[in-house]
Amino acid sequence: MAFDYEKFIRPGKLPHIWCPGCGHGIVMKGLIRAMDTLNLKKEETAIVSGIGCASRLPGYIDCCTLHTAHGRAAAFATGVKLAKPEMNVILVGGDGDGTAIGGNHFIHACRRNINMTYIIMNNYIYGMTGGQFSPCTPTGHKASTTPYGNPDPGFDVAKLAIGAGATFVARGTAFHANQIDKLIAEAIQHKGFSVVEILDDCPTTYGRRNKYKSVIEMMNRLKEVAVPVKAAEKMTAEQLQGKVLTGVLHKVERPEYCEEYAKVIERAGGNK
Amino acid sequence: MSKKVGFLQGNEAAAHGALYAGCKFFAGYPITPSTEVSEVLSIELPKVGGKFIQMEDEIGAMAALLGGALAGQKALTSTSGPGLSLKQELIGYGCIAEIPCVVYNVMRGGPSTGMPTGPSQSDVMCARWGTHGDHATIALMPASVQETYDMIVRAFNLAEKYRMPVHVLPDEIVAHMRERIEFREPGELEVIDRATPTVPPAEYKPYDTKFGDVPPLAAFGSGYKFHVTGLNKLPDGFPTTKAEYVQAEEERQIRKVTANIDEIVEFEEFKLEDAEICVVAYGSTSRSARYAVNEAREKGIKAGMFRIKTFWPFPDKQIKALAEKVKGFIVPEMNLGMCSLEIERCAQGKAQILGINRVDGEPINPEQILEKMKEVK
Repeated sequence: MAFDYEKFIRPGKLPHIWCPGCGHGIVMKGLIRAMDTLNLKKEETAIVSGIGCASRLPGYIDCCTLHTAHGRAAAFATGVKLAKPEMNVILVGGDGDGTAIGGNHFIHACRRNINMTYIIMNNYIYGMTGGQFSPCTPTGHKASTTPYGNPDPGFDVAKLAIGAGATFVARGTAFHANQIDKLIAEAIQHKGFSVVEILDDCPTTYGRRNKYKSVIEMMNRLKEVAVPVKAAEKMTAEQLQGKVLTGVLHKVERPEYCEEYAKVIERAGGNK
Repeated sequence: MSKKVGFLQGNEAAAHGALYAGCKFFAGYPITPSTEVSEVLSIELPKVGGKFIQMEDEIGAMAALLGGALAGQKALTSTSGPGLSLKQELIGYGCIAEIPCVVYNVMRGGPSTGMPTGPSQSDVMCARWGTHGDHATIALMPASVQETYDMIVRAFNLAEKYRMPVHVLPDEIVAHMRERIEFREPGELEVIDRATPTVPPAEYKPYDTKFGDVPPLAAFGSGYKFHVTGLNKLPDGFPTTKAEYVQAEEERQIRKVTANIDEIVEFEEFKLEDAEICVVAYGSTSRSARYAVNEAREKGIKAGMFRIKTFWPFPDKQIKALAEKVKGFIVPEMNLGMCSLEIERCAQGKAQILGINRVDGEPINPEQILEKMKEVK
């Protein structure tokens, strides 16, 4: 029997705003399957986003949803989670929202290791505003504001998250749809701040400027560059040139923020 | 039983007032001259099971504050000028999404870093218009340590009642001076909690005007699922660009304050019955003004004071009425004439307006006000 996505979708809120060929819908379906696998209660789950195409996702899902301001998802979500640690808090957003204007909140959420899951849909571009380059646009690539090619070096989102202290970091792609729900489910189950980067595509504002003739071509690129971490172990540095590792990249245990704050309350005598 | 008393700074009193009001959530960022609020609440909140978080920046603090408030908590942040500038983005979010919270901003000099330890009253317009777009503002002006305590409680009440961010704007003198204070007994001051929905979750809409201009607000995690956005929205919380909804929603959000202006606006009239000279003052400046008025009366000068306790919404009606009665207004303020402009707007040329304006980090003293009275014709 086909999976019933409807039970998590808000009645009357579709169709979504995403362009044909955009991978955000694939990620949303993955998130829904993960929520179903883990049997998350909708009333006890908050989905928080910033601004941008990917940040419109919460509106379609029938939970407590918070569409905040540009880049601020992690900081709003930190407030929700600290006030109600029993809630499941999931953040969604794009690469510009999360790593540029929201970069500070992102790295500090990683540092605190607060028990939330952040799904970053990395399509290498600011899509909603018409295709300006983001901190994830590869050097040399074209955007509406890099007509001669991007002079900036890009971020590696996963490395950034690991460096900042996230205790679970995974990467998938919009092409590898069947892996997305598994990565997200594992991230949600992990105690601490978990980051799932999904390499995504934006045919409308990125693809057409960078000589991708079709969505299929963009998807094929995702298929070609992705190398599962296990497979990468058997590959040489030369073979890994230009490839991107996928799967669970980092998983460690470290004290979780809300639990640590509960100890503060205990020490202050606030549990009486 | 004798009352519990203390010898507190304004900032410390603010923290204790917040606790009295039932504040269980604080998010802030260190900034002079408001940091004592954070320091006291970092000690006191965990004692009552509340949450204190120091965020990575001022914007993050405002965001976490709104998140905590949406999760059902009474939430406070404290800051000062540069922090208020940074918080404006999300103060606007609190206005449009209608999330109750209190922003305690200690006024120091500016613009920019200005004089971090000097007193000022130059954030009154920043509090009113700092965030972009049309919106209502409530801003309270304490003049003593006791009043700071009491006004924080009132600020929470107004925030909860009208579902919006409320400012408390002490100047640095009020925030840092020490005075005797009485801690309020339970029940002594009114404490208002936000209205929560009575309808079943399936019927709940976070902006349902069926329940009036201030619809009930459910908490995340309380069994109600709903959507919150910074976009213009429909009663169900989802974005809209439909002209008739956007216009009506914007007007309703402002009407929450304008329709209740007599309840929100508080002020003190001091020796104004027969006054020919009216000193309009607020915050610590009103203390010099009171002294000056008493001195003037001893000299036979018919002077009085109108003390602004609620700066926003501005006491238009009261100033208009006074303009019909008095010869002149003297407006001492630690800025270059922000309140004077409001008085001009209200007085409509019917009385003389003389400003006393200092931005040098020194308080306005009674002698300056007495001297200025000679210029009233």
